[in-house]
Amino acid sequence: MNAPVEHPPRLKVATCSLAGCFGCHMSFLDVDERIVDLAQIVTFDRTPLTDIKHCSEHVDVGLIEGGLCNVENVEVLREFRAHCRYIVAVGSCAITGGVPAVRNKFSLESCLREAYIEAPGIENPHIPHDAEIPLLLNKVRPIHEVVRVDYVLPGCPPPADAFWELLSALVEGREPQLAYENRRFD
Amino acid sequence: MADKGHFSFDGVQLPFLQGQTILQAAADAGHYIPHLCYRPEFPPHGSCKLCSVKANGKFTSACFEPVTEGMKVESETPEIQGYRKRVVQMLFAEGNHYCPFCQQSGNCKLQAVAYHLGMEDTHYAHQYPRRQLDASHPDAMIDYDRCILCELCVRASRDVDHKQVFGVAGRGIEARLLVNSPSGLLGDSRFSITDAAAQVCPVGAIVPKKAAFAVPIGQRRYDTHDIGEELACPPSENKGD
Repeated sequence: MNAPVEHPPRLKVATCSLAGCFGCHMSFLDVDERIVDLAQIVTFDRTPLTDIKHCSEHVDVGLIEGGLCNVENVEVLREFRAHCRYIVAVGSCAITGGVPAVRNKFSLESCLREAYIEAPGIENPHIPHDAEIPLLLNKVRPIHEVVRVDYVLPGCPPPADAFWELLSALVEGREPQLAYENRRFD
Repeated sequence: MADKGHFSFDGVQLPFLQGQTILQAAADAGHYIPHLCYRPEFPPHGSCKLCSVKANGKFTSACFEPVTEGMKVESETPEIQGYRKRVVQMLFAEGNHYCPFCQQSGNCKLQAVAYHLGMEDTHYAHQYPRRQLDASHPDAMIDYDRCILCELCVRASRDVDHKQVFGVAGRGIEARLLVNSPSGLLGDSRFSITDAAAQVCPVGAIVPKKAAFAVPIGQRRYDTHDIGEELACPPSENKGD
Protein backbone atom coordinates (compact mmCIF):
# COMPACT_ATOMS: atom_id res chain seq x y z
CA MET A 1 0.00 0.00 0.00
CA ASN A 2 1.31 3.41 -0.91
CA ALA A 3 2.19 5.74 1.89
CA PRO A 4 0.04 8.88 1.86
CA VAL A 5 1.70 11.79 0.09
CA GLU A 6 2.86 14.37 2.62
CA HIS A 7 2.09 17.97 1.75
CA PRO A 8 3.81 20.68 3.74
CA PRO A 9 1.22 22.27 5.98
CA ARG A 10 -0.21 25.41 4.45
CA LEU A 11 -0.93 28.43 6.55
CA LYS A 12 -4.52 29.59 6.26
CA VAL A 13 -4.54 33.39 6.38
CA ALA A 14 -7.53 35.70 6.72
CA THR A 15 -7.28 39.49 6.58
CA CYS A 16 -9.61 42.44 7.06
CA SER A 17 -9.62 46.20 7.17
CA LEU A 18 -11.66 47.73 10.00
CA ALA A 19 -11.21 51.50 10.48
CA GLY A 20 -8.25 51.24 8.12
CA CYS A 21 -7.22 52.89 4.86
CA PHE A 22 -6.21 49.67 3.07
CA GLY A 23 -2.64 50.96 3.14
CA CYS A 24 -1.53 47.98 5.24
CA HIS A 25 -2.99 45.61 2.63
CA MET A 26 -1.13 47.56 -0.07
CA SER A 27 2.08 47.27 1.91
CA PHE A 28 1.45 43.53 2.27
CA LEU A 29 1.19 43.34 -1.54
CA ASP A 30 4.51 45.21 -1.70
CA VAL A 31 6.16 41.82 -1.16
CA ASP A 32 5.84 41.98 -4.99
CA GLU A 33 6.97 38.82 -6.78
CA ARG A 34 7.47 37.06 -3.48
CA ILE A 35 3.69 36.67 -3.47
CA VAL A 36 4.30 33.73 -5.81
CA ASP A 37 6.40 32.08 -3.11
CA LEU A 38 3.80 33.06 -0.56
CA ALA A 39 1.08 31.34 -2.60
CA GLN A 40 3.04 28.08 -2.13
CA ILE A 41 2.82 28.22 1.64
CA VAL A 42 -0.33 30.24 2.31
CA THR A 43 -4.01 29.79 1.52
CA PHE A 44 -6.16 32.89 1.72
CA ASP A 45 -9.44 32.62 3.56
CA ARG A 46 -11.74 35.58 4.20
CA THR A 47 -9.91 38.68 2.95
CA PRO A 48 -10.67 41.67 0.71
CA LEU A 49 -8.43 39.84 -1.82
CA THR A 50 -10.87 36.91 -2.11
CA ASP A 51 -14.63 36.59 -2.39
CA ILE A 52 -15.03 34.63 0.85
CA LYS A 53 -17.61 36.30 3.08
CA HIS A 54 -16.84 34.71 6.45
CA CYS A 55 -13.94 33.02 8.18
CA SER A 56 -13.64 29.23 7.89
CA GLU A 57 -13.93 27.19 11.04
CA HIS A 58 -10.16 27.05 11.60
CA VAL A 59 -7.90 29.83 10.35
CA ASP A 60 -4.25 30.04 11.34
CA VAL A 61 -3.55 33.74 11.09
CA GLY A 62 -5.89 36.75 11.06
CA LEU A 63 -4.24 39.97 9.93
CA ILE A 64 -6.28 42.91 11.24
CA GLU A 65 -5.76 46.36 9.74
CA GLY A 66 -7.45 49.42 11.26
CA GLY A 67 -8.85 50.27 14.64
CA LEU A 68 -12.46 50.03 15.76
CA CYS A 69 -14.74 52.91 14.77
CA ASN A 70 -18.18 51.28 14.48
CA VAL A 71 -20.18 48.29 15.71
CA GLU A 72 -19.60 46.30 12.53
CA ASN A 73 -15.84 46.57 13.11
CA VAL A 74 -16.34 45.00 16.55
CA GLU A 75 -18.47 42.21 15.09
CA VAL A 76 -15.90 41.41 12.38
CA LEU A 77 -13.04 41.51 14.89
CA ARG A 78 -14.87 39.08 17.17
CA GLU A 79 -15.48 36.72 14.24
CA PHE A 80 -11.77 36.77 13.47
CA ARG A 81 -10.86 36.15 17.10
CA ALA A 82 -13.28 33.23 17.28
CA HIS A 83 -11.82 31.52 14.20
CA CYS A 84 -8.15 32.49 14.07
CA ARG A 85 -5.41 30.83 16.07
CA TYR A 86 -3.28 33.98 15.93
CA ILE A 87 -4.59 37.52 15.69
CA VAL A 88 -2.10 40.07 14.37
CA ALA A 89 -2.66 43.79 14.95
CA VAL A 90 -1.32 45.25 11.71
CA GLY A 91 -0.34 48.92 11.55
CA SER A 92 -0.67 51.95 13.79
CA CYS A 93 -4.48 52.05 13.60
CA ALA A 94 -4.98 48.53 14.92
CA ILE A 95 -2.33 49.10 17.60
CA THR A 96 -3.15 52.63 18.86
CA GLY A 97 -6.30 53.73 17.01
CA GLY A 98 -4.01 55.67 14.69
CA VAL A 99 -4.85 58.79 12.73
CA PRO A 100 -8.64 58.06 12.81
CA ALA A 101 -8.43 58.31 16.62
CA VAL A 102 -7.76 62.03 16.22
CA ARG A 103 -11.55 62.26 16.18
CA ASN A 104 -11.49 61.24 19.85
CA LYS A 105 -10.65 64.90 20.47
CA PHE A 106 -14.22 65.78 19.53
CA SER A 107 -17.65 64.52 20.47
CA LEU A 108 -19.19 62.05 18.03
CA GLU A 109 -22.15 64.37 17.60
CA SER A 110 -19.97 67.32 16.59
CA CYS A 111 -18.13 65.11 14.03
CA LEU A 112 -21.42 63.98 12.46
CA ARG A 113 -22.85 67.52 12.46
CA GLU A 114 -19.71 68.86 10.80
CA ALA A 115 -19.72 66.16 8.11
CA TYR A 116 -23.42 65.92 7.28
CA ILE A 117 -25.05 69.19 8.35
CA GLU A 118 -22.71 72.13 8.78
CA ALA A 119 -20.05 71.58 6.10
CA PRO A 120 -20.40 73.91 3.09
CA GLY A 121 -22.18 72.58 -0.01
CA ILE A 122 -24.33 69.97 1.77
CA GLU A 123 -27.67 69.20 0.14
CA ASN A 124 -30.51 67.67 2.17
CA PRO A 125 -28.55 67.99 5.42
CA HIS A 126 -29.28 65.15 7.83
CA ILE A 127 -27.29 62.59 9.78
CA PRO A 128 -27.74 59.16 8.12
CA HIS A 129 -29.68 56.80 10.36
CA ASP A 130 -30.69 53.80 8.23
CA ALA A 131 -30.59 50.50 10.15
CA GLU A 132 -28.19 49.09 7.53
CA ILE A 133 -25.55 51.61 8.45
CA PRO A 134 -23.43 50.50 11.43
CA LEU A 135 -23.50 52.94 14.32
CA LEU A 136 -20.26 54.71 15.13
CA LEU A 137 -18.55 54.10 18.46
CA ASN A 138 -18.14 57.19 20.62
CA LYS A 139 -14.37 56.79 20.31
CA VAL A 140 -12.00 55.01 17.94
CA ARG A 141 -10.24 52.18 19.80
CA PRO A 142 -7.24 49.94 19.20
CA ILE A 143 -8.18 46.28 18.76
CA HIS A 144 -6.35 45.09 21.88
CA GLU A 145 -8.99 46.86 23.98
CA VAL A 146 -11.62 44.39 22.66
CA VAL A 147 -9.84 41.10 21.87
CA ARG A 148 -6.58 39.40 22.79
CA VAL A 149 -3.82 40.10 20.29
CA ASP A 150 -1.02 37.59 19.66
CA TYR A 151 1.36 39.52 17.39
CA VAL A 152 1.75 43.09 16.15
CA LEU A 153 3.29 44.64 13.06
CA PRO A 154 3.93 48.31 13.88
CA GLY A 155 4.12 50.99 11.20
CA CYS A 156 1.90 53.22 9.12
CA PRO A 157 2.06 51.02 7.18
CA PRO A 158 4.40 48.22 8.29
CA PRO A 159 7.08 47.52 5.65
CA ALA A 160 6.46 44.58 3.27
CA ASP A 161 9.48 42.86 4.81
CA ALA A 162 7.73 42.88 8.19
CA PHE A 163 4.75 40.96 6.72
CA TRP A 164 7.21 38.60 5.06
CA GLU A 165 9.08 37.96 8.30
CA LEU A 166 5.89 37.37 10.28
CA LEU A 167 4.39 34.85 7.85
CA SER A 168 7.72 33.10 7.19
CA ALA A 169 8.27 32.71 10.91
CA LEU A 170 4.79 31.30 11.51
CA VAL A 171 5.19 28.85 8.62
CA GLU A 172 8.55 27.75 9.98
CA GLY A 173 7.18 27.52 13.50
CA ARG A 174 9.49 30.11 15.06
CA GLU A 175 8.95 33.47 16.76
CA PRO A 176 8.96 36.47 14.37
CA GLN A 177 11.96 38.79 14.80
CA LEU A 178 11.53 42.27 13.32
CA ALA A 179 14.81 43.99 12.44
CA TYR A 180 15.29 47.63 13.54
CA GLU A 181 14.28 49.06 10.15
CA ASN A 182 11.14 46.89 10.04
CA ARG A 183 9.96 48.03 13.45
CA ARG A 184 8.82 51.62 13.01
CA PHE A 185 5.78 53.62 14.07
CA ASP A 186 5.49 56.01 11.11
CA MET B 1 41.33 65.73 41.79
CA ALA B 2 38.39 63.51 42.53
CA ASP B 3 39.04 60.04 43.88
CA LYS B 4 38.75 57.18 41.46
CA GLY B 5 37.11 53.86 42.14
CA HIS B 6 35.54 50.94 40.38
CA PHE B 7 32.07 49.47 40.23
CA SER B 8 30.47 46.56 38.44
CA PHE B 9 28.13 47.39 35.54
CA ASP B 10 26.35 44.33 34.14
CA GLY B 11 29.35 42.30 35.27
CA VAL B 12 31.93 44.64 33.71
CA GLN B 13 34.31 46.61 35.94
CA LEU B 14 33.99 50.34 35.17
CA PRO B 15 35.88 53.28 36.68
CA PHE B 16 34.09 56.19 38.34
CA LEU B 17 34.96 59.52 39.91
CA GLN B 18 33.83 60.27 43.43
CA GLY B 19 30.42 61.97 43.35
CA GLN B 20 29.41 60.70 39.91
CA THR B 21 25.97 59.22 39.42
CA ILE B 22 25.58 55.76 37.92
CA LEU B 23 24.32 57.31 34.67
CA GLN B 24 27.31 59.69 34.39
CA ALA B 25 29.88 57.01 35.16
CA ALA B 26 28.29 54.56 32.73
CA ALA B 27 28.10 57.21 29.99
CA ASP B 28 31.76 58.17 30.51
CA ALA B 29 32.67 54.52 30.03
CA GLY B 30 30.57 54.36 26.84
CA HIS B 31 27.57 52.50 28.24
CA TYR B 32 24.08 53.72 27.38
CA ILE B 33 21.35 53.72 29.99
CA PRO B 34 17.94 54.69 28.51
CA HIS B 35 16.70 58.10 29.67
CA LEU B 36 14.36 60.90 28.58
CA CYS B 37 14.31 63.60 31.29
CA TYR B 38 18.09 63.66 31.83
CA ARG B 39 20.53 65.94 30.03
CA PRO B 40 24.07 66.36 31.32
CA GLU B 41 23.87 70.18 31.46
CA PHE B 42 20.93 70.17 33.89
CA PRO B 43 20.44 68.77 37.37
CA PRO B 44 18.73 65.36 37.25
CA HIS B 45 14.95 65.34 37.38
CA GLY B 46 13.91 61.75 38.03
CA SER B 47 10.49 61.79 36.36
CA CYS B 48 10.83 59.44 33.40
CA LYS B 49 12.17 56.47 35.41
CA LEU B 50 13.69 54.98 32.26
CA CYS B 51 17.18 55.00 33.75
CA SER B 52 16.05 52.69 36.53
CA VAL B 53 18.72 50.13 37.37
CA LYS B 54 19.30 47.71 40.20
CA ALA B 55 22.12 48.90 42.45
CA ASN B 56 23.19 46.28 44.95
CA GLY B 57 19.87 44.54 44.32
CA LYS B 58 17.61 47.57 44.78
CA PHE B 59 15.76 49.51 42.08
CA THR B 60 16.96 53.10 41.84
CA SER B 61 17.25 55.92 39.29
CA ALA B 62 20.70 55.94 37.71
CA CYS B 63 20.46 59.70 37.09
CA PHE B 64 20.29 60.38 40.87
CA GLU B 65 22.11 57.52 42.55
CA PRO B 66 25.80 58.17 43.31
CA VAL B 67 28.18 55.33 42.56
CA THR B 68 29.91 53.80 45.54
CA GLU B 69 33.06 51.67 45.58
CA GLY B 70 32.35 48.10 44.53
CA MET B 71 28.68 48.80 43.79
CA LYS B 72 27.02 46.09 41.72
CA VAL B 73 24.78 47.65 39.05
CA GLU B 74 22.43 45.69 36.78
CA SER B 75 21.02 47.53 33.76
CA GLU B 76 20.52 45.43 30.63
CA THR B 77 18.82 42.46 32.26
CA PRO B 78 15.55 41.16 30.76
CA GLU B 79 13.76 42.17 33.98
CA ILE B 80 14.92 45.79 33.86
CA GLN B 81 14.53 46.17 30.08
CA GLY B 82 10.99 44.76 30.38
CA TYR B 83 10.22 47.22 33.17
CA ARG B 84 11.54 50.12 31.04
CA LYS B 85 9.43 48.99 28.10
CA ARG B 86 6.30 49.11 30.26
CA VAL B 87 7.20 52.67 31.31
CA VAL B 88 7.50 53.76 27.67
CA GLN B 89 4.21 52.04 26.85
CA MET B 90 2.58 54.02 29.68
CA LEU B 91 3.89 57.26 28.18
CA PHE B 92 2.52 56.30 24.75
CA ALA B 93 -0.91 55.27 26.07
CA GLU B 94 -1.13 58.38 28.25
CA GLY B 95 -0.72 60.90 25.42
CA ASN B 96 -1.67 61.13 21.77
CA HIS B 97 1.49 59.91 20.09
CA TYR B 98 0.44 59.70 16.46
CA CYS B 99 3.89 59.13 15.01
CA PRO B 100 2.58 58.77 11.43
CA PHE B 101 1.97 62.52 11.15
CA CYS B 102 4.16 63.94 13.93
CA GLN B 103 6.91 66.20 12.62
CA GLN B 104 9.33 64.84 15.22
CA SER B 105 8.98 61.26 13.99
CA GLY B 106 12.45 59.88 13.29
CA ASN B 107 14.05 62.50 15.54
CA CYS B 108 12.03 61.83 18.69
CA LYS B 109 13.72 60.40 21.76
CA LEU B 110 10.55 58.79 23.10
CA GLN B 111 10.09 56.94 19.82
CA ALA B 112 13.81 56.09 19.65
CA VAL B 113 13.84 54.70 23.18
CA ALA B 114 10.77 52.62 22.28
CA TYR B 115 12.64 51.25 19.26
CA HIS B 116 15.70 50.59 21.43
CA LEU B 117 13.66 48.62 23.95
CA GLY B 118 11.96 46.57 21.24
CA MET B 119 8.54 48.04 21.96
CA GLU B 120 6.04 47.09 19.25
CA ASP B 121 2.65 47.83 20.81
CA THR B 122 1.29 50.13 23.51
CA HIS B 123 -0.13 47.38 25.76
CA TYR B 124 -2.32 49.68 27.87
CA ALA B 125 -5.75 51.21 27.21
CA HIS B 126 -5.27 54.62 25.63
CA GLN B 127 -6.25 57.76 27.54
CA TYR B 128 -6.86 59.96 24.46
CA PRO B 129 -6.43 63.28 26.32
CA ARG B 130 -8.19 66.36 24.96
CA ARG B 131 -5.87 69.27 25.57
CA GLN B 132 -5.92 72.47 23.53
CA LEU B 133 -3.07 72.93 21.06
CA ASP B 134 -1.27 76.27 21.41
CA ALA B 135 -0.29 77.78 18.05
CA SER B 136 -0.32 81.40 19.28
CA HIS B 137 3.44 81.97 18.90
CA PRO B 138 4.73 82.96 15.45
CA ASP B 139 7.74 80.60 15.56
CA ALA B 140 6.74 77.61 17.66
CA MET B 141 3.72 75.63 18.77
CA ILE B 142 2.91 73.34 21.67
CA ASP B 143 0.99 70.09 21.35
CA TYR B 144 0.31 69.33 25.01
CA ASP B 145 -0.93 65.82 24.17
CA ARG B 146 2.64 64.81 23.30
CA CYS B 147 4.26 66.28 26.42
CA ILE B 148 5.87 63.71 28.73
CA LEU B 149 6.48 66.18 31.60
CA CYS B 150 10.26 65.78 31.56
CA GLU B 151 10.51 69.48 32.51
CA LEU B 152 13.58 70.01 30.33
CA CYS B 153 11.92 73.15 28.93
CA VAL B 154 11.12 74.27 32.48
CA ARG B 155 14.74 73.85 33.53
CA ALA B 156 16.17 75.41 30.35
CA SER B 157 13.89 78.45 30.54
CA ARG B 158 14.62 78.98 34.22
CA ASP B 159 18.33 78.14 34.42
CA VAL B 160 19.67 79.09 30.97
CA ASP B 161 17.27 81.63 29.47
CA HIS B 162 16.35 83.15 32.88
CA LYS B 163 12.79 83.68 31.65
CA GLN B 164 10.73 81.10 33.58
CA VAL B 165 8.33 80.66 30.66
CA PHE B 166 7.28 77.12 31.59
CA GLY B 167 5.97 75.35 34.65
CA VAL B 168 4.08 72.18 35.51
CA ALA B 169 0.81 72.39 37.42
CA GLY B 170 -2.00 70.04 38.41
CA ARG B 171 -1.93 66.74 40.23
CA GLY B 172 -1.81 63.12 39.14
CA ILE B 173 -2.96 62.43 35.60
CA GLU B 174 -4.13 66.08 35.41
CA ALA B 175 -0.54 67.35 35.70
CA ARG B 176 0.38 69.34 32.61
CA LEU B 177 2.77 71.88 31.21
CA LEU B 178 1.76 75.52 31.67
CA VAL B 179 3.01 78.70 30.02
CA ASN B 180 3.77 81.64 32.27
CA SER B 181 1.88 84.47 30.56
CA PRO B 182 -1.28 86.39 31.46
CA SER B 183 -3.34 84.47 28.90
CA GLY B 184 -1.49 81.18 29.34
CA LEU B 185 -0.59 81.33 25.65
CA LEU B 186 2.95 80.95 24.35
CA GLY B 187 2.50 83.91 22.01
CA ASP B 188 1.94 86.19 25.01
CA SER B 189 5.03 84.93 26.90
CA ARG B 190 8.69 85.98 26.67
CA PHE B 191 9.49 82.76 24.77
CA SER B 192 11.76 83.10 21.74
CA ILE B 193 12.67 80.43 19.18
CA THR B 194 16.35 81.11 19.95
CA ASP B 195 15.86 80.19 23.63
CA ALA B 196 17.51 77.10 25.03
CA ALA B 197 14.00 76.03 26.04
CA ALA B 198 13.07 75.86 22.35
CA GLN B 199 15.77 73.25 21.69
CA VAL B 200 15.46 70.74 24.52
CA CYS B 201 12.05 69.10 24.07
CA PRO B 202 12.86 65.40 23.49
CA VAL B 203 9.46 64.73 21.88
CA GLY B 204 7.08 66.59 19.54
CA ALA B 205 5.48 68.78 22.23
CA ILE B 206 7.34 72.08 21.66
CA VAL B 207 8.11 72.21 17.95
CA PRO B 208 9.24 74.97 15.58
CA LYS B 209 6.79 76.19 12.97
CA LYS B 210 7.56 76.10 9.24
CA ALA B 211 10.30 73.53 9.79
CA ALA B 212 8.27 70.33 9.61
CA PHE B 213 9.12 67.36 7.37
CA ALA B 214 12.29 69.00 6.05
CA VAL B 215 14.46 65.90 6.47
CA PRO B 216 13.81 63.02 4.05
CA ILE B 217 12.79 59.69 5.53
CA GLY B 218 15.92 57.59 5.80
CA GLN B 219 18.07 60.56 6.85
CA ARG B 220 16.36 61.35 10.13
CA ARG B 221 18.31 60.87 13.33
CA TYR B 222 16.99 57.46 14.36
CA ASP B 223 16.06 56.03 10.96
CA THR B 224 19.09 53.82 10.77
CA HIS B 225 20.84 53.94 14.12
CA ASP B 226 19.72 52.98 17.58
CA ILE B 227 19.67 55.68 20.26
CA GLY B 228 21.79 53.34 22.38
CA GLU B 229 24.74 54.00 20.07
CA GLU B 230 24.77 57.69 20.98
CA LEU B 231 26.22 57.56 24.47
CA ALA B 232 28.77 55.06 23.28
CA CYS B 233 30.80 57.97 21.89
CA PRO B 234 33.26 59.95 24.05
CA PRO B 235 31.39 62.10 26.58
CA SER B 236 33.20 65.27 25.46
CA GLU B 237 31.53 64.96 22.05
CA ASN B 238 28.18 64.14 23.52
CA LYS B 239 25.68 66.60 24.83
CA GLY B 240 23.25 63.88 25.75
CA ASP B 241 20.85 64.32 22.88
